[in-house]
Amino acid sequence: MNATDSTEHTRRDFLYVATATAGAVGAAGAIWPFIDQMRPDASTRALASIQVDVSAVEPGMSLTVKWRGQPVFIRNRTDEEIEAARQVPLEDLKDPIARNDNLPADAPATDIDRSAGEGKENWLVMIGICTHLGCVPLGQQGDFGGWFCPCHGSHYDTAGRVRKGPAPENMAVPAFEFISDTVVQIG
Amino acid sequence: MSGGHSTYTPKTGLGRWMDARLPLPRLVYDSFVAYPVPRNLNYAYTFGGILTLMLAVQILTGIVLAMHYAANTEIAFNSVEKIMRDVNSGWLLRYLHSNGASFFFIAVYVHIFRGLYYGSYKAPRELLWILGCIIYLLMMATAFMGYVLPWGQMSFWGATVITGFFTAIPLVGDWIQQLLLGGFAVDNPTLNRFFSLHYLLPFMIAGVVVLHIWALHVTGQSNPTGIEVKQKTDTVAFTPYATIKDGFAMVVFFLVFAYFVFYIPNYLGHPDNYIEANPLKTPAHIVPEWYFLPFYAILRAITFNIGPIDSKLGGVLAMFGAIAVLFVVPWLDTSKVRSAVYRPWYKLFFWLFVADAIFLGWLGSRPAEGTYVAMAQAATLYYFAFFVVVMPVLGLVETPRRPPNSITEAVLEKNKPGTPAAGEA
Repeated sequence: MNATDSTEHTRRDFLYVATATAGAVGAAGAIWPFIDQMRPDASTRALASIQVDVSAVEPGMSLTVKWRGQPVFIRNRTDEEIEAARQVPLEDLKDPIARNDNLPADAPATDIDRSAGEGKENWLVMIGICTHLGCVPLGQQGDFGGWFCPCHGSHYDTAGRVRKGPAPENMAVPAFEFISDTVVQIG
Repeated sequence: MSGGHSTYTPKTGLGRWMDARLPLPRLVYDSFVAYPVPRNLNYAYTFGGILTLMLAVQILTGIVLAMHYAANTEIAFNSVEKIMRDVNSGWLLRYLHSNGASFFFIAVYVHIFRGLYYGSYKAPRELLWILGCIIYLLMMATAFMGYVLPWGQMSFWGATVITGFFTAIPLVGDWIQQLLLGGFAVDNPTLNRFFSLHYLLPFMIAGVVVLHIWALHVTGQSNPTGIEVKQKTDTVAFTPYATIKDGFAMVVFFLVFAYFVFYIPNYLGHPDNYIEANPLKTPAHIVPEWYFLPFYAILRAITFNIGPIDSKLGGVLAMFGAIAVLFVVPWLDTSKVRSAVYRPWYKLFFWLFVADAIFLGWLGSRPAEGTYVAMAQAATLYYFAFFVVVMPVLGLVETPRRPPNSITEAVLEKNKPGTPAAGEA
């Protein structure tokens, strides 16, 4: 090999590129465990589901339970609260999506879609975290008789739907089911 | 480091032996003894030294506190109380550390405003300025994570709200938040990693400070006239002139610092942080530490959607944008004159900006409702307008006063008996 054919691709060029590529891939691979260790660990993920006895929760009462380190509101709604939520036309909602993990992702935010469903419309189960920046809203307060977040002033109605303030979404309904008449399994 | 030739001559045999092997004494002599500084530096220029001292105070007190603190949600709160009550002199070390953070920020804000006033960011000091912005960012990250460690209510909910910013990012937001928290909510993994990073970041700051000072010593210090050093009479030796002046400023600064530590140690804190963290109950008013309040006000000022960007993402973008804009200041300012001393209109807009920043800070401490929101929106508008409208446009349309020919001329002019003072009049 001499200097005149330096523009041609040689075996040496190939080796350089191959070595550099292998080095880059190796370095990227070595970085991954350092990022991966930051994700929720096995013990955190193992707390995926809990069972709650709600037999003592009368209409108009709420229960807050901790699930995955977050508060979950379980409310036995009064007839007035259900009626108030049903009266709201969908066009008035800031977020018209149900945000209910038990339903298709595009289900509309009707009162029935937010609740535990046909026959259990009185039960509202949702993650008690304001969808703005994660504070815990206060129950039965605010302009719509539902929840009010004291941090940045978001108002939710009696179906946990955002009606006013900076929160972009309705409070999330987690995957849950009534495994008996009085026990709810969340997660 | 100054680029000039070294005037260091070792006087002892040991000094010559050292100089031929590791010329550290030469580096120190050239950088902090013989190093020429402009003769007209005022007290606004002493805050760089004060900041270095505050970093040392924070690292020193922090290392000692870490010997008594336990980063576990079960015992973190109590271990801080133990430091306050049981550990010998623990109360003093903790108050020094917590108030030290506030005084670190007081100093950095004076330092940044001084740079904005005298145009210290302009060529050839752009990298020097950017390194300073990086230090400021690292300081904010460090302070935020440090505030989480006592595991009080404000610690917990501050961490929840601030990591909540990341959920505003479309598609990957939730994933990033879980990556930061190590769970689905702020919990023990979060506290552990924050403690680890809170210990690491100050040393990264120290590293960037070295680069900051290196860049400073390559270009030389700026000065109130904004004119570059041209002749030997423009400068004085770092030691004793700057060392004594910096030292005096440090003593005065520490007097105020000591007053806070010994007489009103919790004045800048929040009583809610003496209540242990409770993940099921949010305090009525979540307020960040005072040094974050202007940015908090900007975050909350965006209550409306901007096209496809919803108000939540908009607020987060505005808040980060308020810091990001600092990085491009050297290219936003189009003025040929460096110092505000010779720029009558810039001077006016600058002081309006200072007032605006303080006003935003006050608004950040108010609840986000009623007229406060409208005021925060107006103040946010001016904050950004100062950088993206005033800085570029004013440089083109303003007629500055004629700066003196040299630093020496400016100083002699000012001190000549019987003539009206030039310069900062």
